Amino acid sequence: MRALLLAAAALIAAPAAAQTIAITGGTVAIGDGSAPVEGGTVVIRDGRIVAAGRGVAVPAGAETIDATGKWVSPGIVAGIGSMGLVDASGVSDSNDSSARNSPYNAAIDVSTAINPDGVVIGNERAGGVTRAIVSADAAGSIFAGQGAIIDLGDDAQPVTRPRAFQYVELGEGGAERAGGSRPAAYVMLADAFEQAADYRRNPVAFDGRGRDALLKRADAQALLPVLDGTMPLVVHVERASDIRQVLTLPRRYPKLKLVLAGAAEGWMVAREIAAARVPVMASAIADLPASFEQLAATESNVGRLQRAGVTVGVLFDGSGGEHNLKQFAGNLVAIGKIPGAAGLSWGQALAAITSGPAEVMGIGGEIGSLRPGRRADVVLWSGDPLELSSLPERLWIDGKPQPMRSRQNRLRDRYLTPADGALPKAYTR
Amino acid sequence: MTRRGWAGATALALVLAGCAGDGGRPQSASAQPAKARAPAPGRDKGYAHDPFPSTYHAYPGVPTLVTNVTIYDGEGGRIDRGSVLFADGKVVALGQTVEAPAGATVIDGTGKWVTPGVIDIHSHLGDYPSPSVQALSDGNEATDPVTPDVWAEHSVWPQDPGFSRALANGGVTTLQILPGSANLFGGRSVVLKNVYARTMQAMKFPGAPYGLKMACGENPKRVYGGRNRKPATRMGNIAVDRATWARAVSYKRKWDRYEDEGGDPPERDIAMDTLRGVLAGEIRVQNHCYRADEMAIVMDMAKEFGYKVTAFHHAVEAYKIGDLLKQNDTCAAVWADWYGFKMESYDGIGANLALLEKEGACAMIHSDDANGIQRLNQEVAKALAAGRRAGVNISDAAAWRWLSYNPAKALGIEDRTGSLKPGKMADVVLWNGDPLSVYTRPEKVWVDGALLYDATDPNRRPVSDFELGQPGEGDVK
Repeated sequence: MRALLLAAAALIAAPAAAQTIAITGGTVAIGDGSAPVEGGTVVIRDGRIVAAGRGVAVPAGAETIDATGKWVSPGIVAGIGSMGLVDASGVSDSNDSSARNSPYNAAIDVSTAINPDGVVIGNERAGGVTRAIVSADAAGSIFAGQGAIIDLGDDAQPVTRPRAFQYVELGEGGAERAGGSRPAAYVMLADAFEQAADYRRNPVAFDGRGRDALLKRADAQALLPVLDGTMPLVVHVERASDIRQVLTLPRRYPKLKLVLAGAAEGWMVAREIAAARVPVMASAIADLPASFEQLAATESNVGRLQRAGVTVGVLFDGSGGEHNLKQFAGNLVAIGKIPGAAGLSWGQALAAITSGPAEVMGIGGEIGSLRPGRRADVVLWSGDPLELSSLPERLWIDGKPQPMRSRQNRLRDRYLTPADGALPKAYTR
Repeated sequence: MTRRGWAGATALALVLAGCAGDGGRPQSASAQPAKARAPAPGRDKGYAHDPFPSTYHAYPGVPTLVTNVTIYDGEGGRIDRGSVLFADGKVVALGQTVEAPAGATVIDGTGKWVTPGVIDIHSHLGDYPSPSVQALSDGNEATDPVTPDVWAEHSVWPQDPGFSRALANGGVTTLQILPGSANLFGGRSVVLKNVYARTMQAMKFPGAPYGLKMACGENPKRVYGGRNRKPATRMGNIAVDRATWARAVSYKRKWDRYEDEGGDPPERDIAMDTLRGVLAGEIRVQNHCYRADEMAIVMDMAKEFGYKVTAFHHAVEAYKIGDLLKQNDTCAAVWADWYGFKMESYDGIGANLALLEKEGACAMIHSDDANGIQRLNQEVAKALAAGRRAGVNISDAAAWRWLSYNPAKALGIEDRTGSLKPGKMADVVLWNGDPLSVYTRPEKVWVDGALLYDATDPNRRPVSDFELGQPGEGDVK
């Protein structure tokens, strides 16, 4: 029956989003912090989640996919990174993540450069990532520019939300980019906001096209939605005292919608962050004093922030690809078993890499969980999604089934036996 | 990898400070009239080969028996619901049942696992320590592409907080500290026991052979080509390598003759001492090399000059030449899934380790990273999963060789550590569950039978000098 339905779907070649899909019998994890339920059903219609959980009826005429013995979860929402901007990060020609020689900063808009055909997107999709939070790296200024939320679908429309946030460096990285000190970074921030306000008051008189203008016209324009609070300002800071300082910014700019990124020492000021209702894309398993602003880094950071009531998403700061966020989340469950540490429950851990980042970025109503109405970004896993032995078997983005082949798998298959055959390897495809 | 400066991002800074040493020169006899030939000192007796000797000592332990536990012996063996006994710093016995000697501490290992301590063949702890500030960045003597005269041990800062994380979170008991890969000949490595000490010498693994770090590919040609110096290309890399080995062969001939026959001692060259050691089989070549085609060239070069490459490190394309590596008896030390951060890593795949194993090649995991070293067991679990997805089924117990026995072999210390065999060092980890599960952590770690980490005892959690009196001191990390 299933094979027949798949064959029929292939024949009509219509957008699969138009149909109803029911994934039945699997262990279903909603991604909202709740515990997974066995024998659950996920129903998708027109690219959105209709329902997920136990006791969900399968609509008549739905394509049914048997997930018995397997797990079903929302796809990973990864970030903050450079997905879609980079082929090989060390090859500068292929890397659009920063623009050291550009006169512009806050105006830089990464959504203009997302390449859905990039190899990294295919590899990460096969690893279970369905959406990514993408930002430029700050180069000649504390402002990195306007980041985007993207999907990893195998189609030509990768951008879910362009200009989703402005990104700024205010710790050691900000000091370096502002000329050498943290106070200089704060002057740069305040002056940029002042100039944006000047520009708003009188655009004609605004100087920002001159060679010596400290802030270009385009940058001033880009900062207005930040001042209006219609675009979140993601601030990268790590040190506890830096976080406290950032939390004072709304006193001066009352509409500012702050998001913290990094916050390795966030746990030390968790109650203040919670009181300020500032969400955090948090450093999760970094536990080394890698710099003087991260002296108190610990794998308990996310657990302690969560316990204090902070809305948290796990920030990817590792290697090997952003799908390794699932490993990060698993480690947050593990650390909870060590006396003196703070971890997450399994449900919280999954949420910290799905709905958590979505909520932090203000897009939780659209993506990041299997709650009704969300975009149907669904992964069918061979087992527990956080476990190292589990891999995605099928994956949907906006309800559309996605190819699971990746360049890495192609290389693997070519070299399953390394010795040449009747023809060189170049003929094996 | 991002340059954003996240807490966990790997630092790959190159240091431009410092100057290459000019070896101590014994007085030349050339100005003096010919005398009777000086007596021959004997082979390898012409100069000190161990001028910075290990002062490591094992800390006291108590005879310990872990019962009802799953055991991976590190050589592929597995015992379910078995027991392991160690005393006086050595493994005494393991099996289905082992009698506890009087006075032994008995630990019920129900639901837990015992394995040999993890060995990381590629670490920069101590020479690129935390915090990763310029003042402590001592891993690359990037002032000349040929620096076999530098020794990583002279850069190791024994107060690196990273050692404690590798112990407590990673169960790492032995590690090789290498110079960086800016240079073709990067310098000597040092093998350490993961036990904090006041001096580097007191961490040194007694009697472990030295390694020579070499590098092919992008790094040397980028670093020196960028300064309009040789090498600026891959062919330049090999040209400088061969010219250097040719000098080393000649140096070895002179010193061998002097040590065997006496006469005037040849001029001493500290850099050449290291290469002579390689040609004599005393020092092992640990070769940073990503691409399959370059590894093949390097193995031919080794044959040309009469040395052996013990292991290729970062060998992301090793899976393309598993047969060739096996034929040359050369190991591959790899990450589980790092790829794509530069051109020569573009073809990295998760099944690398599994495909090497399938081909019968010697393979192992490595970290090259102060974060990765804390989760090498998890990296192996990912590599296993990628292999199984490709239809290569390797047992969990067999995979543990990638974590302990194979690196021990490549370091030349497999007769002393790397597996749980009676008489070997009691470098042991008790895991609070299946060590290939993401939900598992080390519960206790013993080095030479001494309990140096205990998750349930804050007094058995090392805190380096750097962290003392600073925010986060003594926290569970």
